[in-house]
Amino acid sequence: MGKTIIEKIIKNNTGIDAKPGDIVTVNVDRVMIHDIFIPFVASKFEEMGFKKLWDPDKVVLIYDHLVPASQVDDTRHFKVGNEFVQKYGMKNVHRSDGICHQLMTEALYVKPGNIVFGTDSHTTTYGCVGAFSSGIGYTEMASILGTGTMWVKVPETIKVNITGKLPDNVMAKDIILKLIGDLGADGATYKALEFTGDTVENMTVASRMSMSNMAIEAGAKCALFTPDEKTAEYCEIELDDKQKDLVGDEDAVYCREICYKAEDFVPVMACPSNVDHVEPVKDLVGKEIDQVFIGSCTNGRLEDLMAAASVLKGKHVAPFVKLIITPASRKIYRQADENGTLKILADAGAMITHPSCGLCCGRTGGILTDGEVVVATNNRNFLGRMGTSKVEIYLASPRTAAACAVAGKIVEPV
Amino acid sequence: MGKIFKFNQDVDTDQIIASQYLLFPTIDEMKAHTFESLDPDFAANVKPGDYVVASENFGCGSSREQAPGVLKALGVKAVVAKSFARIFYRNAINIGLPVIVCKELHENVEAGEEMELSLQEGIVRVGEKTFTCTKLPEYMQGILDQGGLIASLNKEES
Repeated sequence: MGKTIIEKIIKNNTGIDAKPGDIVTVNVDRVMIHDIFIPFVASKFEEMGFKKLWDPDKVVLIYDHLVPASQVDDTRHFKVGNEFVQKYGMKNVHRSDGICHQLMTEALYVKPGNIVFGTDSHTTTYGCVGAFSSGIGYTEMASILGTGTMWVKVPETIKVNITGKLPDNVMAKDIILKLIGDLGADGATYKALEFTGDTVENMTVASRMSMSNMAIEAGAKCALFTPDEKTAEYCEIELDDKQKDLVGDEDAVYCREICYKAEDFVPVMACPSNVDHVEPVKDLVGKEIDQVFIGSCTNGRLEDLMAAASVLKGKHVAPFVKLIITPASRKIYRQADENGTLKILADAGAMITHPSCGLCCGRTGGILTDGEVVVATNNRNFLGRMGTSKVEIYLASPRTAAACAVAGKIVEPV
Repeated sequence: MGKIFKFNQDVDTDQIIASQYLLFPTIDEMKAHTFESLDPDFAANVKPGDYVVASENFGCGSSREQAPGVLKALGVKAVVAKSFARIFYRNAINIGLPVIVCKELHENVEAGEEMELSLQEGIVRVGEKTFTCTKLPEYMQGILDQGGLIASLNKEES
């Protein structure tokens, strides 16, 4: 019987022909810990009695949520992290290079077919290069740091097939928001998503990243794309036979198949305060806004900044709107500087910040208060995420967000 | 017996314990803020042995283990929901907080009612009514029985 991508990755890792529902122990290829949880991981690791990391080279520590520190208490996380790095001989540490999920692929820590866990729910991102990656808590992370292994229930797979050419004003973000709206916030819980069709084959790795990043918002365990030549170039490798074979077999068993025509997509937004509360932008037009945030591990990449710049070029944000733009990494910041994107954004009145999680996790600038409305390109619009619980957060693509910044209200991008 | 604290669907981890409190050094310092945006009096009113009863997708959102952590620290005996988000579910088992799937309970009980849960039988009793729960897979029940992942790992080593 044929296999889905996740079943192949697990077979390659364990040698076991596991079926959905089976519990298997996998060998972990890489782990990521970020600054918020390192103190808890460190204390659990020692509580468990481990004396050394199973493989220091496979552990990556990234400071991103709290960089640069905005409150005195934040600095404790860097102190604990630095002590842990030194004590256990870690080398893979990023203290101000960007957001963890961007760096894990950009800095080449993740390869197609890898199994990767991180102390963050958006660890599903690395499915963009065909890796099985998922978020875990700090106790489980401490256990992996000591053992290099993790138990996994093999998930069923939902296949999402998208064919055709997207309208010019639609981005990958609109696709994943539409899918989350259709599936519901728990529609893919415990399941893998597998994306196929010529629309995703024609996408950049960056666009695939926006989609796999948000899979968790439908509850998914992981979200996988078949590695191709673009993946190989991005990861700076030649694909081997096993990596080339990471495609769902024709006779693989899927628990559900969903088909979309690319031409049918329209710009959408996730409305307050659930990510699955998705509406077409045209039905929300006219709602006045106070702020726009373009950034995050969902949409802070070069193509996102360029999409925003294409809308903002020669225009200016509305006088009462604060536009905050946060590149996802230092590399992206530099690229956007070199190709003139940052100048266009700055000329249009954007505040461009250092690479970090920034406003997505309600830190390092841009907090809002009761009754304010923000259009944002990140992945969550939960109550209280960007300030008080009476802030309305609308999630959108960078193109839509930029158009709203100019108009001072919700508008559909052209 | 414990009192029921009732919540609806899609309760996310930000609602269980908001991001700004994750910077507190210990779970004990965080726990006073549990469910703050949904029920500011929850932490003051909940007693050891009480239960959280919820609808679908309890614990969706971030990977923060502090979410089951604060519930356990407040003495919540178990969370009984129609379904759970996967990271919350794993985290809860790993720290030894029972998370029980029961499809019928939420619609048939009121906040403040007294309930009793038998983990061994997989049965909830509320007054005259009984409800059957879905049993945990054996592997996870094993971790839970030993009091969580740390105890379970220590046992494997010894």
